[in-house]
Amino acid sequence: MGKRTIIPFGPQHPVLPEPIHLDLVIEDETVVEAIPSIGFIHRGLEKLVEKKEYAEMVYVIERVCGICSFGHGWGYCAAVEGAMDIQVPRRAEYLRTIWHELSRIHSHLLWLGLLADGFGFESLFMHTWKIRETILDILEKTTGGRVIFSVCKVGGVRKDVDAETLKEIDEILAKIRAEIEELKEVFLEDDSIKNRLCGVGYLSKEDAIELCAVGPMARASGLRLDMRLNGDGAYGELDFEPVVTDEGDCYGRTKVRIFEVLQSIDLIHQAIAQIPEGELSVPVSGPATGEFMARIEQPRGEAYYYAKGNGTKFLERMRVRTPTNMNIPALVKTLQGCDLADVPMLVLTIDPCISCTER
Amino acid sequence: MSYVTKSPWVIHYDGSSCNGCDIEVLACLTPMYDVERFGIINTGNPKHADVFLVTGAINEQNKGVVQQIYDQMPEPKVVVAVGICATSGGIFKECYNILGGTDTVIPVDVYVPGCAARPEAIIDGVVKGLSVLAEKKAAMGKKPVETAPAAEAAATETEMKEEA
Repeated sequence: MGKRTIIPFGPQHPVLPEPIHLDLVIEDETVVEAIPSIGFIHRGLEKLVEKKEYAEMVYVIERVCGICSFGHGWGYCAAVEGAMDIQVPRRAEYLRTIWHELSRIHSHLLWLGLLADGFGFESLFMHTWKIRETILDILEKTTGGRVIFSVCKVGGVRKDVDAETLKEIDEILAKIRAEIEELKEVFLEDDSIKNRLCGVGYLSKEDAIELCAVGPMARASGLRLDMRLNGDGAYGELDFEPVVTDEGDCYGRTKVRIFEVLQSIDLIHQAIAQIPEGELSVPVSGPATGEFMARIEQPRGEAYYYAKGNGTKFLERMRVRTPTNMNIPALVKTLQGCDLADVPMLVLTIDPCISCTER
Repeated sequence: MSYVTKSPWVIHYDGSSCNGCDIEVLACLTPMYDVERFGIINTGNPKHADVFLVTGAINEQNKGVVQQIYDQMPEPKVVVAVGICATSGGIFKECYNILGGTDTVIPVDVYVPGCAARPEAIIDGVVKGLSVLAEKKAAMGKKPVETAPAAEAAATETEMKEEA
């Protein structure tokens, strides 16, 4: 047994846009143990339900995370709507689905860019983020915001998207599709990229089940786990099959996310073709009652929202459990036995969203 | 942009933001906004940086980290608080774990508003920061070079010896 050294990783580290700290116990160049410590971005926003009315709280919940902000807003609204037994109009459900899938595309492209930057392929990072800007333009045109939209409200959505704009989105996405097919070739076929990804950070199916991995992390290890299959929103009326591979390594996780970008484009095409006319929201008034839990498939995996009313304008309790939180045990497992130089790659492939995790 | 005489290197730290401003800071680096054409580079090393971009509010856990990064940066340096959380705590101001904006721990030179701050606003903030940087540099140049009394005495001693 060699001499053990502890190397601190983070909270401020070039590959991390967000702070997380890992104590890496290494023997020569091999990591034997990784001890994560979190809490650098903890804000304690769940407690704000006592100060903000349930309708106002949407704005706070959207700021759980700036990357998957729409999904958070939707999850919270779904929980409150479930608790108060509100039926959301179909058109609103379709619009929510379209915005959620657009967010997924932008989130996955963002991650692919960061991954490229992580293994030192800077032009690929730039190229991926250039494509991502087109999605942000669509989001800005339809919602008014680039990263935080505030279009979801309890009872429906705030803004409508007219038929002309929907047609335009269809055309833009068809164009982007060709560009992403090109990216796919690079990410999945390039030898130097494969060298960095294949066989690195293997997570078996059994471990994925045992450590409760979610989202692309679980799907890359062969688990067919996707909350969209529950049919919330418009997903019940759209035709799709979750992307599942059984590689279990960084390459598998990259593959899942690339194919999910293409899948999201398909889903948006389908949703645009089927979107019904009608109301955007139903009026919501009165105190919050009841309790409900909602689950949403965020870009990073299953997110869980719990809301409990107490007969006033304020909720009694609000709880968010986010995907990265669930993937950290799996990350710690994959870090054991990896090379020190692969640590940034492994941390990146769970697509960590620390501000989600710590809320 | 002939008046940008310096290529400022920035370091970015996410205080306790929601990520919105962070990805907009990163978006500034990419082809759409491309701040590298002004010579602005995002570095991970505080010792290489001229401009410190802070996003998000300050809490108990991260105030030491922010202070440490600031202390490690060489003079002259500029701090740009990006987004409303870094400015005052923003929407999270009432949270139990939030102490306030960046200026609760380190002096801030430029405040960039917005939730999330747009890339244009961030670039504008950094450019404003450049003039502050130039002022600070000029102020540093005017100051007499401080020498320790002991060293001064030693220098006079050698001079005297040389004369003798």
